[in-house]
Amino acid sequence: MADAAITVEGAHKRYGGKRALDGLDLTVARGTVHGVLGPNGAGKTTLVRVLATLLRPDAGRVEVAGHDVVTDAYAVRMRIGLLGQHAALDEELGGRQNLELFGRLHHLGAKRARARAGELLERFALTDTGRKPVSAYSGGMRRRLDLAASLLTEPEVLFLDEPTTGLDPRGRAEVWDSVRSLVGGGTTVLLTTQYLEEADQLADRVSVVDAGRVVADGTPDELKAATGGDRVDVVLRDAGQLGTAAALLALPGVRVDADRRLLSAPATDRMATLSRVVRTLQEAGIEAADIALRRPTLDEAFLHLTGGPSPDHQPASGHSASGHLADGTKEPV
Amino acid sequence: MTAYALTDSWTMTRRELARWARRPVAVVVNLVFPVMMLLMFGYLVGGGRGVAGDYLDYLVPGMLALTMAFGLEGTMVAVTQDLDKGVVDRFRAMPMADGAVLVGRAAADMLQSALGLAVMIAVASALGWRAERGPGPFLAAVGLLLLFRFAMLWIGIHLALVAGRPELVQAVQILVWPVGFLSNAFAAPGTMPDWLGTVVQWNPMSQTATAVRDLFGGPGGEPGHVWAAVAWPLALLAVFFPLAVRRFARLDR
Repeated sequence: MADAAITVEGAHKRYGGKRALDGLDLTVARGTVHGVLGPNGAGKTTLVRVLATLLRPDAGRVEVAGHDVVTDAYAVRMRIGLLGQHAALDEELGGRQNLELFGRLHHLGAKRARARAGELLERFALTDTGRKPVSAYSGGMRRRLDLAASLLTEPEVLFLDEPTTGLDPRGRAEVWDSVRSLVGGGTTVLLTTQYLEEADQLADRVSVVDAGRVVADGTPDELKAATGGDRVDVVLRDAGQLGTAAALLALPGVRVDADRRLLSAPATDRMATLSRVVRTLQEAGIEAADIALRRPTLDEAFLHLTGGPSPDHQPASGHSASGHLADGTKEPV
Repeated sequence: MTAYALTDSWTMTRRELARWARRPVAVVVNLVFPVMMLLMFGYLVGGGRGVAGDYLDYLVPGMLALTMAFGLEGTMVAVTQDLDKGVVDRFRAMPMADGAVLVGRAAADMLQSALGLAVMIAVASALGWRAERGPGPFLAAVGLLLLFRFAMLWIGIHLALVAGRPELVQAVQILVWPVGFLSNAFAAPGTMPDWLGTVVQWNPMSQTATAVRDLFGGPGGEPGHVWAAVAWPLALLAVFFPLAVRRFARLDR
């Protein structure tokens, strides 16, 4: 693919005595956000480290921004930004000092490095940190400075390895906003995450990785669709009527969740199924608190694809600052 | 990319200087610690077992050599901290000149050790110690000490890259002490049991101390020992410099 920002073909990497990458293939188109979703130990970080020239693949072809990561690592390094899982900063120095240091090492020249540091501090709301050493920063501030350091040269390709892990909802929202504004500028972003919601919010395409290989690839919508299509969810006023309602509807594959007073069934004909549900309930005099037609969540897709539980154990309510997409895209009736 | 080798190395050295400016107390303690050792051994423990002549004249070169040897710890701690904090990852993912991370480390550590030597020599002078043989041999002695420190530096970098973790650094920090003391820094090997005296005489640190004693014109010096004090550090460098560089280049394995 000529307009690919990232091409990975059959990448293998043994790391720490296990096959961290086991024949991984991946193509990311320029100017898109690509989510790499997978449980702990799936190989996400190894993939990012290979792409960022920090680890050499044992086998396979890996190209970033048109350059081979092994034979042409220097050219790759000129075109990438990296935000690793842990802040890669000099903790003893201040924010400005860090950015100027990295700017000089990017060969921006002293003057340009200073100017760029000022711009980025401004952009990431870090101007008031003064001479404070990074070790005294909050987690969110550190992450923002780390992100600023990855953007010094306006990289063609930016790698974000679990950029919001360990951040509170506010910090998470801040990082998400930054990523969104970046993509507007034409940067290609590869983002690994354990949070399905994050992939859903940010990524144009998602690769689900498990045991060092890609097990599914597509847009978030495609992945959800692959899980089994749309569903109709009905929340009843009275949990006692759940059984009656389920029997009346007589839909195959209906699921009942008494705690949430929820009845969920595949909506194979979408609107037709929906109107039949509404009519049946009305005729039977069963009151519904809410009825919605929705796509399956990425959670469900993940479960389906990896055959294991979703790694996202955090309740969605913890991310309220950034919406509730993981609960499914609800279409009002 | 080699075009940037000097610029990048200088930038990395300046990074260390900026870090010093951030913790002046630690820097001063680092400089004062060997001085305290000098005073402690010179006056408190003292005695100078089996040493002919003034003990201070014997002790000062030994302490200077010991200070250079202990520099290994500082190097190790700094390298492992960088590895541990992930900042080395950022350096490695940037289009920097290949050796700049290590050269910057080396330059800053050598600078600190040169400062340490200057402070020690100033204090020793204030206590009445003198280099008796004039400026030429004096500078040669300083050169030998820094050469020894340079060898210790690359051992330190290599060990840090091998250990990788702060816990293992602690083990090395403790081991530095017996190795440092198993030398002729404080006492003449003639006063020790035969086997111990042999070990002590073969300690590279003893070679440097003996040569420096000679160049300073103090007791315990042996003329012609200069070559051993040149050869030992060079031999160590021949082993550990390539090992350290290779180890760093292979962080991607």
